[in-house]
Amino acid sequence: MPLRHVPDVPFCCFSAIRAALLIQRWYRQYVARLEMRRRCTWNIFQSIEYAGEQDQIKLYHFFGFLMDHFTPASSERNLISHIFRENEVCRDADWERYFCYKDIEVPDSYCGPHLTFPMTFCGVSKLMEAFKLKQQLHARYVLQILGETWRLLRILPNINHVSVCHTKEITICGDLHGQLEDLLLIFYKNGLPSCEKPYVFNGDFVDRGKNSLEILLILFGFLLVYPNEVHLNRGNHEDHIVNLRYGFTKEVLGKYRVHGKKILKLLQKIFSWLPLATVINHKVLVVHGGISDSTDLDMVARMDRHRYVSVLRPPKAIRPTLNGNKAGSGKDEDASGPAEGRRRRVRSLTNTSAPGQRNNIPRRSLHNLPTGGAQLNCSVEDELKERRRLAGFDQTYREVKTLDSDSDPEFGEPTETHGHEWKQIVNLLWSDPMPQNGCISNEVRGGGCYWGPDVTEEVLGKHNLQLLIRSHECKQDGYEFCHNRRVLTIFSASNYYEVGSNRGYQASRTCRELTLRQRSTRSALRALRQQLFVHKSDLVGAFQEFDPNNTGVISLRHWATATERVLKLGLPWRVLRPQLINRAQHGMVDYQQWIRELSITDIMETMYKNHSNLETIFRIIDTDHSGLISFEEFRQTWKLLSSHLKMEISDKAITDLAQSMDFNKDGSIDINEFMEAFRLVDLSTHA
Amino acid sequence: ALFVSENENILAIHRKITAAFEPFDYESKNMVDVREIGTIMYSLDCFPTQLDIREFIAEVRGVFMFTLFIHKLTNHDYVNEKLLATPSQLTCLPQMYENEQKGFLKPEELTKLMMEEGEPFTQEEMDEMLTVHTNRKENVIYYDKLINKLTADAPK
Repeated sequence: MPLRHVPDVPFCCFSAIRAALLIQRWYRQYVARLEMRRRCTWNIFQSIEYAGEQDQIKLYHFFGFLMDHFTPASSERNLISHIFRENEVCRDADWERYFCYKDIEVPDSYCGPHLTFPMTFCGVSKLMEAFKLKQQLHARYVLQILGETWRLLRILPNINHVSVCHTKEITICGDLHGQLEDLLLIFYKNGLPSCEKPYVFNGDFVDRGKNSLEILLILFGFLLVYPNEVHLNRGNHEDHIVNLRYGFTKEVLGKYRVHGKKILKLLQKIFSWLPLATVINHKVLVVHGGISDSTDLDMVARMDRHRYVSVLRPPKAIRPTLNGNKAGSGKDEDASGPAEGRRRRVRSLTNTSAPGQRNNIPRRSLHNLPTGGAQLNCSVEDELKERRRLAGFDQTYREVKTLDSDSDPEFGEPTETHGHEWKQIVNLLWSDPMPQNGCISNEVRGGGCYWGPDVTEEVLGKHNLQLLIRSHECKQDGYEFCHNRRVLTIFSASNYYEVGSNRGYQASRTCRELTLRQRSTRSALRALRQQLFVHKSDLVGAFQEFDPNNTGVISLRHWATATERVLKLGLPWRVLRPQLINRAQHGMVDYQQWIRELSITDIMETMYKNHSNLETIFRIIDTDHSGLISFEEFRQTWKLLSSHLKMEISDKAITDLAQSMDFNKDGSIDINEFMEAFRLVDLSTHA
Repeated sequence: ALFVSENENILAIHRKITAAFEPFDYESKNMVDVREIGTIMYSLDCFPTQLDIREFIAEVRGVFMFTLFIHKLTNHDYVNEKLLATPSQLTCLPQMYENEQKGFLKPEELTKLMMEEGEPFTQEEMDEMLTVHTNRKENVIYYDKLINKLTADAPK
């Protein structure tokens, strides 16, 4: 029924207009809010999943760069030594003392949970209740739990061997990433760990979410109470260098201003002592990342896993030494020594073939990978290869000659073996499966490899295993089989494994409703963009059919038709349009530009990389984790970063900036304040 | 203009605007395409008219500098009080339609209203609204459902 639009009744007219205006105004606002939310989450997701992983390479190369440019005469020497000087070589007794919580008093005003040891089920329950109520555990108890955990982990083997009898289930939990609600939901749906309910937590407990520490404390609590039923695998985020970047370090320091540093130091040790894999009933291998063609579980079982505190740095990184008497101490008790470097051969982070071969990896193979989303355009990929070649550790070691060498007497000369072992761990924690046969380096993540179905068969066959369960990658439904159902990726938690049928297992998922749907949307969009990118030449061809005059633009309607014609996915393109096309003017889309924008990693990278790198580097400089750095440290860091990134920035600009950041004028800079204002600096230097 | 309480200082406003600006600043150059201005302003809980937006854009060419953005937003009131309806007011609107008792509108009716009155929708906006909010089975738009959605997480 049409609107009564009678000219001689002004009131109706006015109402109609007013009605329209209100609805339009509200609608536009609503759309804008949605758009903003989409844009934000999309960007964040993208940058984390893509640029972040690639940026790991850049950070890694920055370390290499720092070491390359260290010279004894340069004033930067002290700074770099300071950065890389590791913990003093500590005996276990020293660590016991360090762990000591006894001097820490719990004040009467503390209203969080009190724990008694040895840990009991009651204690862990209390802990969970408290965390639900957003309480914080007192540092004394944190240190106590960590101490007990460390003592337990030290006696565990590198590979947990678990026997699950016929009637029992075992629950395997994927990446938690600091999301406490998820862990609690899993416990709610699946039940708490107990003698009847074994669990395997498959790594990546920390970073990104804001309750990483709470998750750790709960997991460690259960580990202490049920050491035979609860199994923890190390993930690639159980690594203090990764934590610097992805938020765990920040979380701990924020929550524990006095004891945070100590807690972090202890966690470094604990992470290095986490087992690397779990094998269930001699049939199922559970590991965080995956395998490679060189995976040798016997070697993995034999090694000293705690040597490898961070897999981002190879075991015998050359350490510049102060006064030559810190024995170039590597990570903690790791031996090091440039003498070793002179003897050593290639040590690169990824599983590589000979350098020549590496450069011949066809772009196509990376792009067809379902995982890791390698939307690399030409220049980024070339740059990666070039950097890999330039800063690959083999050359770094050969070039650095100016270092004192004093090998650590306790561990003897580092050997070839350590390099192999390290690579085993990197592959276990960082690799992703791919559909094609073979094994190539994982350029997207910057570590580990992509392994194919033939490698799965070979490695599982060699060790008489039936199934590989891993996490490390986000999957739309929370889980995904590949490689002829020989590899199962679990991302959301809670798959359970049941022994009994002929096939020996059955896995099914429980829901993490809300987060799963969120992840699904993002994953779906990512997968969609990948598809679009993979088909880009077909798409351009289809678009051009609608553009006979070669104007470069087509209508949105034609865009939708063409896209559907190429992809044949039966999707509602109209509705998805806002999430796929950023700019459409007057109902027309510049399709060439759109295609270009699909390979957006450059832009996303630029958007976030400087932020994160800078913060990470700052946190590294701030070795005592005080949250403050001196002007001089600030200045040197900035200079290093800008030369690494080939940015021009004058000394005066740095000094001015430093001074403006020092709000209380005490000669030191608060890192957090600086990061907030970072954008303003960028504006003025580009003006 | 911006929905900030009295307690929020200039730094907080700064951060709010920055956060709204950032997702559209694709190359991190503190610049956004002018075509995004409307969206950014709306998402900051401003209710500019289309004329406001056009005027805003007319003052710059091509890309929009962040500092100018902040300056304008904090110095200009982009809410026309008379037209800022509360959700309850919006629900009174259907009364002028014959179908009021049934609580719905046909797509043609809504289209006519949105595209001929007030600050008319573009065809694209109309298509979008219809696609998302039309009840498929009955091919009508239920008014209160629409209003609920639009005002669900509105400011204040």
